[in-house]
Amino acid sequence: MTIEITDLYKKFGKNQVLKGVDLTIDEGHIYAILGPNGSGKTTLIKSILGMVIPDKGHISILDKPIKKDWRYRKQINYLPQIANFPPNIKVKELIHMIKDLRNSPSAEKELIEHFGLEPFLNKKLSTLSGGTKQKVNIVLTFMFNSPLIILDEPTTGLDPRALIHLKELIQKEKARGKTILITSHIMQFVQEMADEILYLLEGEIYFKGSIEKLLEQTGQNNFEHAIAAITTTGNHV
Amino acid sequence: MFKILKYSFYDLIRSRWSYVYFLFYLALGFVLLFLNNDVSKAVITLMNVIIVLIPLIGTIFGVMYYYNSREFTELLLAQPINRRSIFMGQYFGVAGSLTLSLVLGLGIPFVLYGLLRSNAIFDFTLLLVTGAFLTFIFVGLSFVIAISNENKIKGFGYAVLLWLFLAVVYDGLFLMSLIIFEEYPLDTFSLVATALNPIDLSRILILLKLDISALLGYTGAIFKKFFGTDLGFLVSMAILLLWTILPILGLGHKAKRKDF
Repeated sequence: MTIEITDLYKKFGKNQVLKGVDLTIDEGHIYAILGPNGSGKTTLIKSILGMVIPDKGHISILDKPIKKDWRYRKQINYLPQIANFPPNIKVKELIHMIKDLRNSPSAEKELIEHFGLEPFLNKKLSTLSGGTKQKVNIVLTFMFNSPLIILDEPTTGLDPRALIHLKELIQKEKARGKTILITSHIMQFVQEMADEILYLLEGEIYFKGSIEKLLEQTGQNNFEHAIAAITTTGNHV
Repeated sequence: MFKILKYSFYDLIRSRWSYVYFLFYLALGFVLLFLNNDVSKAVITLMNVIIVLIPLIGTIFGVMYYYNSREFTELLLAQPINRRSIFMGQYFGVAGSLTLSLVLGLGIPFVLYGLLRSNAIFDFTLLLVTGAFLTFIFVGLSFVIAISNENKIKGFGYAVLLWLFLAVVYDGLFLMSLIIFEEYPLDTFSLVATALNPIDLSRILILLKLDISALLGYTGAIFKKFFGTDLGFLVSMAILLLWTILPILGLGHKAKRKDF
């Protein structure tokens, strides 16, 4: 079991974001975390990463509780939602810095080539376009070999060619036995990539299962419509 | 922590503002020395400038750096690094580079002028040491304020208010209380009140070392009796150290509990 979450609660001010999430994530699959805006997707991911500290509940990663620990993050590659980097440093320096901080072997050369980032290596991050920043973001995420990969809106700003590269990359990592968590609003991307769907609604897991199970349960034959219909059919798991 | 410190430090050393700050002290040092033609007098004038300026610059730099590097901090938080090391590294990076600007900026003109051969070297060193303390104290306080306030404008406001209070308002309140309670013995009160404010404490410490406490009259005599002794000196240094450590502890405490 890669991730085990029991009874997770989190409140921001008066806003109860997570209301008792129970979840187990198994090794070697691609999970898509879906849900309407404000349903707690990012909070859930940030709790797993230890960036948000839960009010109540328990999280274990690779069978170790994460509370008051930070070393477990060596097992996680995280792609943040909005790639906001320090503006005054060059792409090359940023990659070098993250490598230095993580102190583990990395395979950035291949990725840089893959996404055609060579011409940008000596440019400052503030001068890059949104899509190029996202490519840098992807390189930073995939250059380490960790058993758990978390991608928050990975497709943002990517051109079709980069998107194909990204999909290949995700499939390759899955073939290596990695566990991958993805959030996305692009249903076509989710349908193509995900083995399992996790649907969050108002801070709870509303649905967990394969795409086939979802289609069956909602009585729809189109994935996008099934997601839209998920809350109205009322088949709470 | 040292890796973060290294990167914050390099980042700041390359920033334009560090140079402006450094050049300002360099210019100030040269101008004062060549106008006064006397190291001791230059030290006194310098004290009046830096005792107010260092806290202000420390506060503004600290808040600015914290808010500007927020995205970078979030990037670091997802990496296998201890939370406290991230913030401590940034804090020491900012405070360290500001102190370096101060020491080099003032040190160069004074050494060129022949400080090493004059007997003001101790006073000058004391000036730099208290300056370093004030930098660390106010950068620390501003980091605590910034980490406690998500809203930039609020954070900036509180930080500047804190500076205004300690640098200006505190003295006003202090003087007013001395006038109102003039019927009572105020020796202990004024000693304690001075010790509680790092800016006042630094000022008194330097003034007394410069041996111009006679200018301060009766109060000066009392202060001299306490701060002028070795014990008083040690106690004041201890209080400055305490002022430095408390914000650092506060920062560690806040960093552990904050959501990003």
